[in-house]
Amino acid sequence: MIEAHGTIGSSVPRVDGRDKVTGRAKYAAEFAPEGLAYAALIESTIAAGAIRRIETASAKRAPGVLLVLTHENAPKLPYLPAKERPAVEPVAGEALRVLQDARILFNGQPIGVVVARTQSQAEYAASLVRVEYDVDTNPLTRFDPANAKPASAAAEKKGRGPESRQGDADGAFAAAAHRVDQTYVQPREHHSAMEPHATVAQWQGDKLTLWDKTQWVYNDADEIARVFGIPSESVHVINPYIGGAFGSALRTWPHVTLAALAARQSGRAVRLELSRRQLFYSIGFRPRAEQRVQLGADADGHLQALIQEAVAQTSTYEEFADATLDVPASTYASANRRTKYSLLPMNTNTPTPMRGPGHATGLIAQEIAMDELAVELGLDPIELRLRNFAERNPRKDLPWSSNGLRACYRAGAERFGWDKRSPQPRSMRSGRHLVGMGMATAMNPAPRYPSSASATLFADGTAVVRSATSDMGPGTYTAMTQIAADALGMPLAKVRFELGDSRMPIAKEHGGSTTTASIGPAVRAACAALLEKLHTVRTQFQLPQAETNDVVLRHAGLEILEAQGKAESAEEQKQYSTYSFGAVFAEVHVDPDFGTVRVARIVGAYDAGRIINPRLAHSQCIGGMVQGIGMALLEETAWDERFGRVVNANIAEYLIPVSADVIDLDAVFVPGEDTVLSSLGSKGLAELGLCGVAPALVNAVWHATKVRVRHLPVTPDKLLLAT
Amino acid sequence: MIPFSYSKPQSLSQAVASHAGHGSDRGSWAADYFAGGTDMMQLMHDRVRNPERIIDITALPGLDRIQVDEQSMHLGALVRMSDAACHPHVVKNYRVVAEALLASASPQVRNLATLGGNLLQRTRCGYFRDAVLPCNKRLPGSGCPAVGGQNAGLAILGTSEHCIATYAGDFANALLVVDAKLHIAGAAGTRTIPVSDLHRRPGQTPHLETQLHPGELIVAIEFPATTGGWRSHYLKVRERTSFAFALASVAVALDLAADGTVQDARIAVGGVATTPWRLPLVEQALRGRKLDAELCRKAASLAATGAVPQTQNAFKVPLLQRVVARGLEETGGLA
Repeated sequence: MIEAHGTIGSSVPRVDGRDKVTGRAKYAAEFAPEGLAYAALIESTIAAGAIRRIETASAKRAPGVLLVLTHENAPKLPYLPAKERPAVEPVAGEALRVLQDARILFNGQPIGVVVARTQSQAEYAASLVRVEYDVDTNPLTRFDPANAKPASAAAEKKGRGPESRQGDADGAFAAAAHRVDQTYVQPREHHSAMEPHATVAQWQGDKLTLWDKTQWVYNDADEIARVFGIPSESVHVINPYIGGAFGSALRTWPHVTLAALAARQSGRAVRLELSRRQLFYSIGFRPRAEQRVQLGADADGHLQALIQEAVAQTSTYEEFADATLDVPASTYASANRRTKYSLLPMNTNTPTPMRGPGHATGLIAQEIAMDELAVELGLDPIELRLRNFAERNPRKDLPWSSNGLRACYRAGAERFGWDKRSPQPRSMRSGRHLVGMGMATAMNPAPRYPSSASATLFADGTAVVRSATSDMGPGTYTAMTQIAADALGMPLAKVRFELGDSRMPIAKEHGGSTTTASIGPAVRAACAALLEKLHTVRTQFQLPQAETNDVVLRHAGLEILEAQGKAESAEEQKQYSTYSFGAVFAEVHVDPDFGTVRVARIVGAYDAGRIINPRLAHSQCIGGMVQGIGMALLEETAWDERFGRVVNANIAEYLIPVSADVIDLDAVFVPGEDTVLSSLGSKGLAELGLCGVAPALVNAVWHATKVRVRHLPVTPDKLLLAT
Repeated sequence: MIPFSYSKPQSLSQAVASHAGHGSDRGSWAADYFAGGTDMMQLMHDRVRNPERIIDITALPGLDRIQVDEQSMHLGALVRMSDAACHPHVVKNYRVVAEALLASASPQVRNLATLGGNLLQRTRCGYFRDAVLPCNKRLPGSGCPAVGGQNAGLAILGTSEHCIATYAGDFANALLVVDAKLHIAGAAGTRTIPVSDLHRRPGQTPHLETQLHPGELIVAIEFPATTGGWRSHYLKVRERTSFAFALASVAVALDLAADGTVQDARIAVGGVATTPWRLPLVEQALRGRKLDAELCRKAASLAATGAVPQTQNAFKVPLLQRVVARGLEETGGLA
């Protein structure tokens, strides 16, 4: 059970912090094996059609060029099917097969790769390649909901099916005393992590080493092994550090295959690093979603009908169905509910999970609609939510494994000073600025996966604990070091946690807010097994308990002592619904002349079970708030449907918040443990941190201005033209 | 990036000579001067600008100097934006210039970018910056997809059917209202032009952005001495608080009598026009009248005269009027 003394629950500083700020932490692109050569991509400049002719002669003659690969000279790759589609892959369709044919499925598609002695030489040579196309004159580049199709049977299996129904939602909506019926748009958004995606590939015989930015080293190895038709064990993936990912590094993208292929064909180790512009076409994105929400309530504000319909974009070659309607169907009690989910195939690269995938999207629509309903009813927004609190998960009809949502409303409101909010919109001012306060519910699934770890004790008295998980920034290194140190009864300084290597004990994806709850128990199990072995050794050599570990090992003549640990998902979990919860409160100041919005402060109160490290948890939540500010006020892909291209494919024009946009962010955690999920008591936090932020801000803008913006982001043009 | 030759001349005459014979009419000059590189590197990486020859001018003697005397102030073209922004004489006498510089880019960029380079920075129009797409500015005659495309950030003033790209800078707008002059050097010798003559409207030749002849470079910016009654101010409105280009901005210089009467006014705006843009109608409406909130609003209502809004940027018309009004009020101490 839970240790009375130890580091869990204390704000230990990041164990990897010093290495990161001093530049010692090595990221994928920084590995430079002997004889490294450099790759540059050749990309399509049309949205749909086929390559008629590709002229590479001058590129091949350019200085320093070692190889020019296109579909004309690339080998046919096996692309073996997966026994089971990994969770990070879209539910249906086929991943892009690079250089296997002449087809063009989207603008910016990689259609060739140049390898040269220097990066500049490779890029120059790539610029010399001339391509002629047979252009498909009717590309699917326009977001037209009329062309959307119901989600497939494969999506249905994952619980993301085309429809769900409970009761008679449409009848109840028609009969409801109070109704909201609105459509909400969340644009396409890009992860925009600091570290660009990069792969360094090196073959030694038929063994491949990949230094690759990935949130899942095992799957990376599996996928590339299938592409090349070699055993998974032949692919060694190494990735100790990730400079932010937010989901973009869950899948193994085409550029990883290209790096490995270029390395094999050139006989050199090859580095392929994507430019910021290429990241807009190469690693997925949060798909644009248009959602219609119909809420019907009785005179007391009890929901009678909850209808939410979403249309989201996907590519023409894969069906990316996400969980947009999962959370909205689970948030509130209502006897009648209906969801409908459709997908719009477009000539674009395939979307992919981005922090709070689907959940944050679904909540934007639902939580703005709930605010509109509160206005319609003349009810305080928190009161409306409390009246519709779901005692069980209404979608799954299961009890919650734990649910601190009511405590979140209370703690958040108190910390924020919600009682100072005047109910009338446009009634609060600070100088010339309109002041607005808004709130929203946050909610995100908190699953746990089976995982494994090893724990090794060395004769010098230090220990290393390993699991093939990742740390894209939340603090896996630190949290797992804390868990291991506590489990081993050793000081933090003597314990090191290692991750990001496919030769370490197997772990699933570092995503979906699963890592702490999944890897933590395996780390504990490995440490417990190690202590048991140590005990056996002590007994065998009749060493007293007082003897330190290093003495025990030396007595026994052992260099190391190692043990493995596993954590399976518990069966009883299936009888519960496990979510993390939160309530987000925001205050904005709007300049009524300019329509500019400043976020004065955000307070979030969260139930994520037991908090391993309050400092890191706080950091993760305020990070989510920063991203939420972007989602609410700044981020939008400028898509030109005539070309199927992103016109703001750089971070000077695709705006994300800067430090000056961030004023006062705070997160508090309500007490609680989820011992159904695991003995550790922790639930996921990462995705939750984004959920609810954007709708709380939009609701605050309404309260400030009386303008209801239903098409994100809330930019000055929308506020100016509405007043 | 395209291969290029690199030289770092030690004198102005050497620099100009290095450039000679390397002009071209491709819209992308075959030789380019290089200073801070903050914009140039982006353009080269994106293959928007593909010079065959880079002439690094950062070693040219004297161009990084700030000279102040009773008649004027000279800022060398290689003075860093950050150094100019915090120079005591600039801060004291040309407030609008200091504010415009500090409202530009980020501290890191300002530490590297030079004043001359900043005046010549290229538009942020997404079609210009994506070498794959048509753009009359980048590839004359290829068309302007911004018309009818993604144009929320683009210009409403000074546009033509061939180009609606916004002039992105702040510093040049401030220079307009302090009546700065530019010292220019080239193969034919040196000349001095008012800053208002530097930039050209797109018209039918959007690829020609300035009056500089091939091989000419800006060597210094000359500021006339300021007199007592003038006060000035720069106001910039943007989507995020820092490190963003203007949705609309205004540079204001007012010569106010003791009773608040506007004796003279110079107003320029940014983020809304194809070049740094003076507002003579607004200035005229202010002259001889007593500055109050009412006058600010009335004068500012003329700010968007002649505006041609596009599909996504009609909001810039009211925004511009309000930014000018607020800028006037703040300059006059009314807000």
